[in-house]
Amino acid sequence: MSAPLSLGPARPVPLSAVNPVAQLSAVLVVTCVLLVSGDLVTPGVLLAAELALLPAAGLSRPGDVLRRTWPLLLSALGVAWVNVAFGSLDGAEAWLSGATWALRVVALALPGILLVASTDPVRLADALTVHWRVSTRFAYGSLAALRLVPLLAAEWETIRLARRARGVEGGRDPVAHVRLLASTAFALLVGAIRRGSRLATAMDARGFDSGVTRTNARGSRLQPLDRWFVTGAVALCAAAVTASVLSGAWSPVFS
Amino acid sequence: MEDPVPPRGTRRAPRVPGTGSFQHDGVGPAAVRLAGFGFRHASRRAWAVQDVDLRIEPGERVLLTGASGAGKSTLLRALGGLLEPESGDAAGELTVDGAAPDRRRQRVGVVFQDPDAQLVMTRAGDDVAFGLENTGTPPELIWPAVDTALDAVGFCLGRDHATAALSGGQKQRLVLAGALAPRPGLLLLDEPTAQLDPDGAALVRAAVARAVADRSATLVVVDHDVEAWLPLVDRVVELLPHGGTVEHPPGWRPAPLRMPVRWVHEPGEVLLAGEAAGFTHRGSARPALAPTDVALRAGRTLAVTGPNGTGKSTLALLLAGLRAPTTGRVVAAPTVTAGLRRPDRPPHRWPAAELATRIGTVFQQPEHQFLTGRVRDELALGSLRSGAGAAQARATAEELLERLGLAALADANPFTLSGGQQRRLSVATALATAPRVLVLDEPTFGQDRETWAELVALLAEQQDGDRALCLVTHDAAVVTALADDVCTLGVPVPV
Repeated sequence: MSAPLSLGPARPVPLSAVNPVAQLSAVLVVTCVLLVSGDLVTPGVLLAAELALLPAAGLSRPGDVLRRTWPLLLSALGVAWVNVAFGSLDGAEAWLSGATWALRVVALALPGILLVASTDPVRLADALTVHWRVSTRFAYGSLAALRLVPLLAAEWETIRLARRARGVEGGRDPVAHVRLLASTAFALLVGAIRRGSRLATAMDARGFDSGVTRTNARGSRLQPLDRWFVTGAVALCAAAVTASVLSGAWSPVFS
Repeated sequence: MEDPVPPRGTRRAPRVPGTGSFQHDGVGPAAVRLAGFGFRHASRRAWAVQDVDLRIEPGERVLLTGASGAGKSTLLRALGGLLEPESGDAAGELTVDGAAPDRRRQRVGVVFQDPDAQLVMTRAGDDVAFGLENTGTPPELIWPAVDTALDAVGFCLGRDHATAALSGGQKQRLVLAGALAPRPGLLLLDEPTAQLDPDGAALVRAAVARAVADRSATLVVVDHDVEAWLPLVDRVVELLPHGGTVEHPPGWRPAPLRMPVRWVHEPGEVLLAGEAAGFTHRGSARPALAPTDVALRAGRTLAVTGPNGTGKSTLALLLAGLRAPTTGRVVAAPTVTAGLRRPDRPPHRWPAAELATRIGTVFQQPEHQFLTGRVRDELALGSLRSGAGAAQARATAEELLERLGLAALADANPFTLSGGQQRRLSVATALATAPRVLVLDEPTFGQDRETWAELVALLAEQQDGDRALCLVTHDAAVVTALADDVCTLGVPVPV
């Protein structure tokens, strides 16, 4: 009853050639460095590198980039504004601190966006279970559950309309709106749990609970490219920190 | 798509294990034995299944039928070894190939009703491979088996096709391939076509026929829609509501559907009309409903039919005042809008309480519409919402309880009712506010014959000189039974 939404296979982009666990490792390295650094140079250098990777993740048109990143940009601006408006610093220092924070937020979140844009959900589950020994029950269970999320959106709309047909809607009363929202959410939750348990039964009927060690039809291979990718990320972080220290801007958070 | 299936009654010799392409582990179709079998769900006093004696030989195809609530699905779950011992008490004996079914799980493939609650992966091939991965099949053996299974069900869209982009029938076909891939000796189907339109259902039955043509697996189908499966099965076994079974002889046909008694009324004034009303989802290029002219007249019943994807349900939502048309408009007659504060507004902008007293809607899934914990309250709610006093609302509820045969259930929770009872209650809730127009979306979807007849009789009673009914349906029998006029939506859509 509502527009089609779906969790589909991701379109392959150049960055998809890098194994998801290699991408995740690189994200972890970058995240650690950014969490420690408190200056403007380190996130600046890392952000430049991340931006350079956007085309490889299939995000070369500004429209595509904006569609994926607008919530992030908005929150970065929010963080910057809070720092400028309510921080203990004044004048140029306040602006510098605001910019540093905004840059850190963007530099921290952008790798995640790159990962999502370039990674097929099934390949991610494969890589996590094969290389990092993540429980298959968790990985493929989550994957199956994720498939149900778009169905929830359609269900939400149906429940809302069905209630209007019964003569029930919030009207102008905000309290009634909140109560209606809560009861709709509850109905949705009940439906989701029922469907989820049916899904679990169907998966177990296909031997998901057999206790046999699961094989993987697609496999997940680590190649030299993956090693280079992680090495590159480490080298980049080292370069960013070096540049920061040499320019005298380095000011780690814990000092 | 019709595959050569031997007619009922003639029996091909089951394949010798090891000779067929489907028996790589040297085990053929399974034998099933039930002796005095029963099962009672924990927390229930009545037995869901009782006194079932049944022998199913390897390679046989059996249809298990019976009214709603006769325990068909419970029995199927028991055969699949899917009933946890702690979920209830079992009685008698049940074996698959001489052992308890939970020890034969690897020999059994199951297909349930809801395709969306069975698909796991995002790509067709990966989904079929899922079961093989679970049983530890070496990767190099998986893909040939996947291709064999896809071929066995006639799925030809390719391994990489996105599962989310499939129609219901194709999804269910894929689920069947997934169940067949590990080469089960026993294939169990639990109302596999109950949530599909007639085309999708035919597609799935053709796939089943194709897959079991070589008798490489014993087949047990649970369904109340007997007619459709008859050409495909050797035996029909009916579960009786209070225990025990009856086996119908070869050549048996179910009794014809009971048609309601009804009066045909003179067409009255147009109460509600769609004038070139169409709908396109935001961000979608293709309209969900092409501009449509439709008129609902007092005293008449209009059936809206047509293949999937032509926007039948969307048209119902527009007429019901639940969605705004993106093109054209929906207009209500002055006799319907009388009493509205702003009678010039279209139905989708009427306040909900005003809408409910003018246009009633019954949704496909009744539980979406239930809002209270008691049948009695559920029936009083609409009247209360639209400004009737508590005493009057209670009186309306009591009258409807009597009229619709729900009096015995007055204090039950609507969510605990059976499918047929829920359906009747959802029609009753729409009637409680006495609307002039009643819109029903697939009112008989997934109902057994008994409930079907009850529901159609109930709807026939609602046809009077003053009221207009609109039925959106795939069910040709409902159209025959109730419709005065038929509107067929027919924009062919690529699947």
